[in-house]
Amino acid sequence: MKSELLTQNFPQITWDEPSKSFVVPHMDLLDVVDFLRSHPDFNMDYVSNVAGVDWLPRKEKVKGADGKEVEIEKPGYLEAVYHFYSIKKKHGPVILRCRTDGRENAMLPSITPFFRGAEFQEREIYDLYGIRFSGHPDLRRILMWDEFQDHPMRKDYREPDDYQWEPTPHDDVLEKAKMHYAEAG
Amino acid sequence: MLQTAPPDIPIPGALAGQQPLYGPRSYQVMAGNDLGTQLLEISMGPHHPSTHGVFRMDLVLDGEEVVKLKPVFGYLHRNHEQLAEKTSYLGSMPYTDRLDYFCSMTNNWAYAHAVEKLADIKVPERAEYIRVILAELTRLVNHTCLAGFLVNDLGALGTPLIYAFREREKILDIFEAVSGARMMCNYMRFGGVRANFTPQILKRISQIVDNYPCFLDEFEKLLTSNEILMSRCQGTGILSAELAINASITGPMLRASGVDYDIRKVDKYGIYDRFEFRVPLGEHGDVYDRYMVRILEMRESIKILQQALKQFPEGGDFMNPKVKIRNFKPPPGEAYGRIESPKGELGFYLISTGGTNPYRYHVRAPSFVNLTILEDTCLGQKVADVIIILGAVDIVLGEVDR
Repeated sequence: MKSELLTQNFPQITWDEPSKSFVVPHMDLLDVVDFLRSHPDFNMDYVSNVAGVDWLPRKEKVKGADGKEVEIEKPGYLEAVYHFYSIKKKHGPVILRCRTDGRENAMLPSITPFFRGAEFQEREIYDLYGIRFSGHPDLRRILMWDEFQDHPMRKDYREPDDYQWEPTPHDDVLEKAKMHYAEAG
Repeated sequence: MLQTAPPDIPIPGALAGQQPLYGPRSYQVMAGNDLGTQLLEISMGPHHPSTHGVFRMDLVLDGEEVVKLKPVFGYLHRNHEQLAEKTSYLGSMPYTDRLDYFCSMTNNWAYAHAVEKLADIKVPERAEYIRVILAELTRLVNHTCLAGFLVNDLGALGTPLIYAFREREKILDIFEAVSGARMMCNYMRFGGVRANFTPQILKRISQIVDNYPCFLDEFEKLLTSNEILMSRCQGTGILSAELAINASITGPMLRASGVDYDIRKVDKYGIYDRFEFRVPLGEHGDVYDRYMVRILEMRESIKILQQALKQFPEGGDFMNPKVKIRNFKPPPGEAYGRIESPKGELGFYLISTGGTNPYRYHVRAPSFVNLTILEDTCLGQKVADVIIILGAVDIVLGEVDR
């Protein structure tokens, strides 16, 4: 009953059956969140979990129009998953997923103006995944130190070859450094 | 009105247009009174005996009152989530012990709960009772230690803390008898627990449960109507219910602000619907209410323990025999399993693509989210009160930083 209400009011969001969640395009995220918060049937006043997920570009086999299996390439994207609960009505989670367009310059609207609880969690997603949240009051790194480059939780993150900046590397640090020098040319 | 001179040296790590908190030491910040005083910017740094771990607060003070507060953490960040992506499901169970290192049993249970939701595993009844007993013992440990640490922060120089730790030692002895380790128990498995309870352990637990109300009475007689505790804690750090719900606060902090939300009653995970217990609520949302809610929750936990020990089944499996231990591959899908840990709502979000390692593993840590309102509750308070407000939030850095 609840899912039909959402899809009727917002026809552009889709229901993803394997994960039992709604896929929301990022232009409509704030409208959907406001609707969930204010509609008396839902009353979702509590965002429990804001998590970031990294999907690399991958090839998938899909049945084509003529019945044969065709391998298509799915582009990679980053995603933010939101779990909403209702404290007033004490009912169960409504899960929203919001995908970015691609993995560079990933941007999503921030739900912090509606829910203060998402403030630190969105900062963590920015820090570890690199999704910039527009409208966030204080978007800066939270778990890594401020001058850190790159975003560690991405699947294609490559750790630096030398954490302690040795002027003369040796042993396994030298091996890693040699790999980087060879690449740099 | 706060007036600051714009700093002309670019500051790294701050976004453009945002008022940076760390600036060059040359800027003059005038407070809004006619004495001509300046604001003091101080870092209550990670090395501090009262900040419950490596936790830093950047304070801007006008005399003794707090004008601005920014919590800074990440000093204990161990990249737990990425480690779990490279380890098998069962292999990251010991890592979950180290998240909230005071309450390792409830961390284990939250993770096992999430994986059981993901892979649709049933838990036998004896294992459920074992889990409830250990979780409520953990709640007793945590709330006792919190009461001790809070009073320590007030300046009681450690005596009530040692009283609290004396009771904690008895419960840690139980944990050692059950799982082999005092703190990092690694006891829950997917589909049950690791080892069975012997009748001697049940007898020892019932001895502790029978003696605990006596200790609580002594503790309360000494502390609850203590003049210093009452005058310092009442009216300090008031948090309204609407802000608490909006800021995703959970656990005893939320209930101290008067909101009736306990995941044991709402989700009824495990076998919590078989026990009768009440949920204590506070009225004012100050530090005193948070302390009292925790004392009352301890009494409710003792009630649950007494009922569980009475209903404990004679025989039965302690572990679901159908669960594969080696090569455990849950079906593709995702799950979010949450439980009421002593600090709040501890949730694990898992995405599986059918392999032996999780594709995405996220911990929703209660201490991390409960720190959102630290600034709001501390504005206008004195520095000494910031310490006790932080103590009543009940953070543990293993969870905040993961």
